[in-house]
Amino acid sequence: MAEIVMSQTPPILHGPSEKEKKYDRQLRLWAASGQAALESANLLLVNSGTGGVGIETLKNLVLPGIGRFAIYDEAIVSEADLGLNFFLDEDSLGKARSQSLTAHLLELNPEVQGASYPDEEGVTDLQSLLATSPMFTAIMYAHPILPEQLSLLQTYGQLHKTPLVAIHSAGFYSYFKINLPGDFPIVDTHPDETATTDLRLLSPWPELVEFAKGMTKDIDTLDAYEHGHLPYVTILLHYLEQWKESHGGAYPLTYKEKIQFRKMIQAAARTDNAEGGEENFEEAAAAVLKTVVPPSLPSGLREVFEYEPKETIEERSSFWIIADAIKAFHAKHKALPLRGNVPDMKAQSKVYIQLQNIYKTKARQDAAEVLVTAQALEPGRHFDLAEVELFCKNAPFVKLINATGGGGNASPGSVDRLREVTAQEFTNDESAEVTLAPLSLVPIYLALQATSHVVSASADDILAGIAKVVPGASDNERVVSAACEVARAEGGELHNIAALTGGMVAQELIKIITKQYVPIDNTCIFDGIESRCQVLRL
Amino acid sequence: MATAEVYPASEPERWTYLDRVRTRAGPFTNPDAFDGTVVAEAVENMKILVIGAGGLGCELLKNLALSGFKNIHVIDMDTIDISNLNRQFLFRQADVGKSKAEVAAKFVEQRVKGVKITAHNCKIQEKDEDFYMQFQIVVCGLDSIEARRWINATLVNMVDEDVEDSYKPLIDGGTEGFKGQARVIFPTVTSCIECQLDMHAPRAAVPLCTLASIPRQPEHCIEWAHVIAWDREKPFPELDKDDPEHITWLYQKALLRAHEFKIPGVTYALTQGVVKNIIPAIAATNSVIAAACCNEAFKIATNCAPSLGYPDANYMMYSGNDNIYTYTFRHEKKDDCPVCGNLARELVVDPAWTLRELVDSFAVRPEAQLKKPSIRAESKTLYMQSPKSLEEKTRPNLDKTLIELGLANDEEIGVTDPAFATVSFKFKLKFQKSE
Ligand SMILES: [Zn+2]
Repeated sequence: MAEIVMSQTPPILHGPSEKEKKYDRQLRLWAASGQAALESANLLLVNSGTGGVGIETLKNLVLPGIGRFAIYDEAIVSEADLGLNFFLDEDSLGKARSQSLTAHLLELNPEVQGASYPDEEGVTDLQSLLATSPMFTAIMYAHPILPEQLSLLQTYGQLHKTPLVAIHSAGFYSYFKINLPGDFPIVDTHPDETATTDLRLLSPWPELVEFAKGMTKDIDTLDAYEHGHLPYVTILLHYLEQWKESHGGAYPLTYKEKIQFRKMIQAAARTDNAEGGEENFEEAAAAVLKTVVPPSLPSGLREVFEYEPKETIEERSSFWIIADAIKAFHAKHKALPLRGNVPDMKAQSKVYIQLQNIYKTKARQDAAEVLVTAQALEPGRHFDLAEVELFCKNAPFVKLINATGGGGNASPGSVDRLREVTAQEFTNDESAEVTLAPLSLVPIYLALQATSHVVSASADDILAGIAKVVPGASDNERVVSAACEVARAEGGELHNIAALTGGMVAQELIKIITKQYVPIDNTCIFDGIESRCQVLRL
Repeated sequence: MATAEVYPASEPERWTYLDRVRTRAGPFTNPDAFDGTVVAEAVENMKILVIGAGGLGCELLKNLALSGFKNIHVIDMDTIDISNLNRQFLFRQADVGKSKAEVAAKFVEQRVKGVKITAHNCKIQEKDEDFYMQFQIVVCGLDSIEARRWINATLVNMVDEDVEDSYKPLIDGGTEGFKGQARVIFPTVTSCIECQLDMHAPRAAVPLCTLASIPRQPEHCIEWAHVIAWDREKPFPELDKDDPEHITWLYQKALLRAHEFKIPGVTYALTQGVVKNIIPAIAATNSVIAAACCNEAFKIATNCAPSLGYPDANYMMYSGNDNIYTYTFRHEKKDDCPVCGNLARELVVDPAWTLRELVDSFAVRPEAQLKKPSIRAESKTLYMQSPKSLEEKTRPNLDKTLIELGLANDEEIGVTDPAFATVSFKFKLKFQKSE
């Protein structure tokens, strides 16, 4: 018996490699594709000020195995650094901060490469580093930063289309701001599994109709076991047909009709058994509101459909061509390509697998059609079927970050934008007591921003700086408090706030590098007194 | 540039940045609770306990050492595994197999001069109230709900209204993937972990008949191998979920079953994930949540800014999957909390149930989650899991219905569970016929 069993065993059964073991807990989040992207990334941190938050960020990227990092930091390690930064020790005192930090960070993961600057081999300033280094995937810089260094980074970012992340942490406050080089679409957004159910019950295709009819044609005379194991998809399709017959061919679409339809399902369950009901009919009734729905076009995808990228068709990434192909598919079929997943439901194994295959086959056909359309749009280009399939599968959940233009708002990064948002936030705050919305954190951003290039400033100086950028804002009581709180720290970081902010920035960089999950757009402000954050597009 | 004087304790230069904030009042500091002249020294003399030296624990120790705490204890019974190295940054490849608490304590002591960290390589349940009484604050970075509930119940039970030192603030963090939460509990004063239990409902178990006869998902095949095939064939004396040989056996069994039913998707990683109930974990999220916890510990210890816990928000939820959201709110204390409330919690039951059905239901109810309950009615013992003699004596009750046992609507029962030695959970029976 044992021999027979073993001979049926598929031949290749190797366990995980050492690397897969080490990275197991993160591979469950971003898979091998995300890991490969991380491992080929090359990051630069320009460290200034007290130097805590950038290093906490890097720690969280070295551990999961980023390819390479470089730290540019002109500071010499002082006693005060040791009270803030975990990756410095007594031996570091008096040495170049970049060197000690790099050495201690590299101990965390032997697979990561790191370098520190300025070095003794001729890279004496930031300009020469940017000119000689291999291309950076993303650049982080900590405030306060010298204005001339910032402009070097901005020039580099524009030239090489490099994402820039500004980070500022002082006392209980912090913010970070991500400057992406252009529109940033994401396909692999990892929606909640429960949100992805799309069964097409109101527009079933012939194979599904036939299957459901076959299962339910003798529904009233089926034996107890078979009746109790009809998958709920077939139950719903069967009773939707009945409903149509008694409602002039129309489906239950309003909430009231759906409740009636649900009662119809509940009444159809057999109760002459030990349990006094049937689980599959309960599942069917519970699924009515969520699955008896006409196809819709989610707002995120609509935005993608309506967006005009600045590049010509030839310059566009395959994302935009596939998006156009899906748009054409949607125009033709009045529905998106099918995702093809079937949630678990009570059913016999064989029946469930058959049902699953009907959905999968349809999903593959839809993707194949999209591929043909995409190729027709751009005949010279090769499209990867796996990429098209992933896009089709995730179509309702794709997101576009940092879309430029549209909306009539001042462009992000501009002073006008900051004024516009500040005014809006203050208006919202006036009604916060009624709406129960948390108060805006924009005062924190304004107060930190006023010290972007100086080590420390008095509350009055901070308020004067704010008044110059956003006239009138310095009269706001919460802005005054924020300015006092920032002045209290005198540009010093608290380790906890640096670590917390470094965790958030690392999450965001992972999302940007792996192109998985959804990054912020574009500024996140953290208040360590109330322990909450707010994301604004500034 | 300084706006007010600072009052350092030891090593004034080293703690320059910390002293600016902890020894000087800011606009939000409560002047009645804050004395900047003594705060630095007071924190240096505090004793703080870290529970767990894993993903959160490593971060907690680092953060507390750099927040001015100088006397830290850490307790963890686990040893270091290779899969910890992607986030537990105090451990190296060469440390695999060693005690987490000991390696972590030694590392932080060496890195941050002047900090004393005492390691306890044991279960939290092995320590008594005297042990927990010596700390001023307890910070928890655990991955098990059971251990959290145990320390919560213990700290609530330790409160003596007449002794101010008996109130130990409990700060608890947890993560899963890009998400997490940090919460502050003032035992008996604010909502406790047991009050909040229904926010962390257990995953519904797959019915046994699905595993046994109609599997549909790869997980069903793996659970079948784990629950049914292992027991039937006993390939090794006892299942060790960390032994690759055992996992490989389960994987092969699951794979065969999947082939038989044509179910795609069984992999080694999935097998391991299902059997060990693995929760994805990354350094970045641990960094966020542990720092949020230590920031609260810092504020509680110094009063230099208001902390979570009292009187407003006590709970921060964090989500980084899609954008970044925090939801910081106040979770209300429940009067019928079995640990910190005075009233018995209502328990809807069918009077036609057997006692066995009632016993089994405790494991799956989100508001109870007790796996080995012993039950007492007002006047008699209904069922005891141990000692063996009592179990045998009360076992016949399991097949009797609640009515037959003489239980009445609105009657109070007391439930104990070996996982919470000190606590008796009070429930009030609410009879309701199921349809
Ligand atoms: Zn409670």
